[in-house]
Amino acid sequence: MAHSMDRTIYAARQRKNAVAKGLALAATVFGLGWLVLILGVLIWNGLGGLSLAVFTEMTPPPGQAGGLLNPIVGSLVLTILAVVIGTPIGILAGTYLAEYGKHENISSVIRFINDILLSAPSIVVGLFIYEVMVAPMGHFSGYAGAVALAVIVIPVVVRTTEDMLTLVPNALREAAASIGLPRAHMVIRIAYRAARAGILTGILLAVARISGETAPLLFTALNNQFWSTNLNAPVSSLPVVIFQFALSPYADWQKLAWTGALIITATVLTLSIVARALASSGKSS
Amino acid sequence: MQPAGRSAVTDLALQSNSLSVSEAPSRAKVLVRLRRSDDLFRILTRSAALAVLVILGGVIVSLILGSIPALKAFGLEFPFSQSWNPVTEKFGALAPIYGTLVTSFIAMLIAVPVGLMVAFFLTELCPKWLRRPIAIAIELLAGIPSIIYGIWGLFVFAPFMQEYVQPLLIGAFGNVPVLSSLFAGPPYGIGVLTSALILAIMVLPFITSISRDVFDAVPPVLKEAAYGLGCTTWEVFHRVVLPFTRVGVIGGVMLGLGRALGETMAVTFVIGNAHKVSASLLAPGTTISATIANEFTEAVGDLYTSSLIALGLILFVITFIVLAAARLMLARIEKKIG
Repeated sequence: MAHSMDRTIYAARQRKNAVAKGLALAATVFGLGWLVLILGVLIWNGLGGLSLAVFTEMTPPPGQAGGLLNPIVGSLVLTILAVVIGTPIGILAGTYLAEYGKHENISSVIRFINDILLSAPSIVVGLFIYEVMVAPMGHFSGYAGAVALAVIVIPVVVRTTEDMLTLVPNALREAAASIGLPRAHMVIRIAYRAARAGILTGILLAVARISGETAPLLFTALNNQFWSTNLNAPVSSLPVVIFQFALSPYADWQKLAWTGALIITATVLTLSIVARALASSGKSS
Repeated sequence: MQPAGRSAVTDLALQSNSLSVSEAPSRAKVLVRLRRSDDLFRILTRSAALAVLVILGGVIVSLILGSIPALKAFGLEFPFSQSWNPVTEKFGALAPIYGTLVTSFIAMLIAVPVGLMVAFFLTELCPKWLRRPIAIAIELLAGIPSIIYGIWGLFVFAPFMQEYVQPLLIGAFGNVPVLSSLFAGPPYGIGVLTSALILAIMVLPFITSISRDVFDAVPPVLKEAAYGLGCTTWEVFHRVVLPFTRVGVIGGVMLGLGRALGETMAVTFVIGNAHKVSASLLAPGTTISATIANEFTEAVGDLYTSSLIALGLILFVITFIVLAAARLMLARIEKKIG
């Protein structure tokens, strides 16, 4: 009697286990399904519009053929400028957290705040830069856009730099100190060198992050329908153009938006895969 | 490791075989210079680190200063008023706040169980060779920019919802007392439910990757002991892994919630931008971030702009609290696992 009851409990547990396993598998297929679906739709809709003209012609007025040259160049310029502004600050701050102030109270506060900035809503960054740059200057500008993106770059670089410097073995630092190398030289000549791949990974991840950012650019760099290299004026960027074109009623514009979306996604995915490969190669060596 | 610093400081001593008296002052000078550059570098790194705090302070101060006109005009009524009228300049934040909370809540309702199950699959069930590819794919999903989700939502997902899912929901729940008001109205395609579902897809990878990390960190001894007692895989996960990592999982969930609350572009495309609190999930609504994204550049007048900045302030305060709680919890689990 007791024996058969054990059996039913046993069977029930087995069933429950099987159901849970099935659900887990289903959830994974569900999660990956979206990735396939989104990428599939993106390639399907974007590839058709991909041509040389996309990279050589300006954004068109509604109803005409054209390309995405000015937003592509604008995005490149904004991204490069943002990295130039944000990376040094990020690396130096990460250096402080890992090399100088590792155990100071202020460092744990900075670490905590940095982690929050890392996932703070990017649209708030846009509002911040609007208040401190666009409003005082009186006009939208590429500089404001680049600074807004730099604010997003900094926490990413701070985090990876600190993590990577922490991985550098202390024996290296002690060896440097023992031959009388000042601390700054030890950091620059030895710790940076040992953590080079990791720091570069962080920068690449930051670039991947900002190359798709739209919200902070909407009211800093704004948009520009024409060719412009003047960073003191509104600058066109790929994400903002996609936003504008996708919501427009014109079929040509919508098609260009899809193509732009494909370009951005390809860029971001390539960057993150390269960064990942770099990170794993750095670890094994 | 390459030999570091060929022209480094140590050369100084090597260059001169015997340190004569005349060379001593120059050597001292070099040492002073080195000490200065050393201090300079230290100060440089410290100020860069403090810049992180300055950014946070700048965000808070600029948002508060920017929202003063709106808060002065509407006072405490601002977060509780539903009116949003640029013509009469009457603004209230109730509809965007409601939309933000509801879309994020529904998104988490879906993303949390699915994300945990995916993490369960990856850590306990998945064959070893398949683990890395799947984990990378899920993380790629997290890397896709939100505007891509937006354009996909607008052109693919919203029509699909309108055509198939929403009529089904209206048909199924139309005559059920409470649920009928949740699923009332015509199927617009866009709206609160569609936005929430897209948010769920966006947040899923964050929750999965953090829960996977904390599940992986559970000491194998604990799991082995449970298996030794004859537990099934599910029982080990449900009774041992999950309770042990609870704080970390909650931290991960809140990190995802922080993302969902502040997410802008994906929602802006499909929410419909209607300043209305409606019971129906199929109706268009708005969120804080979508309102700012849609209206900020077109806002005429100081009060309008200021009201939008005040919305930004509210959003920042909410996400700051959620993210801070998330980080504190994740720090706790890190300590526990060691």
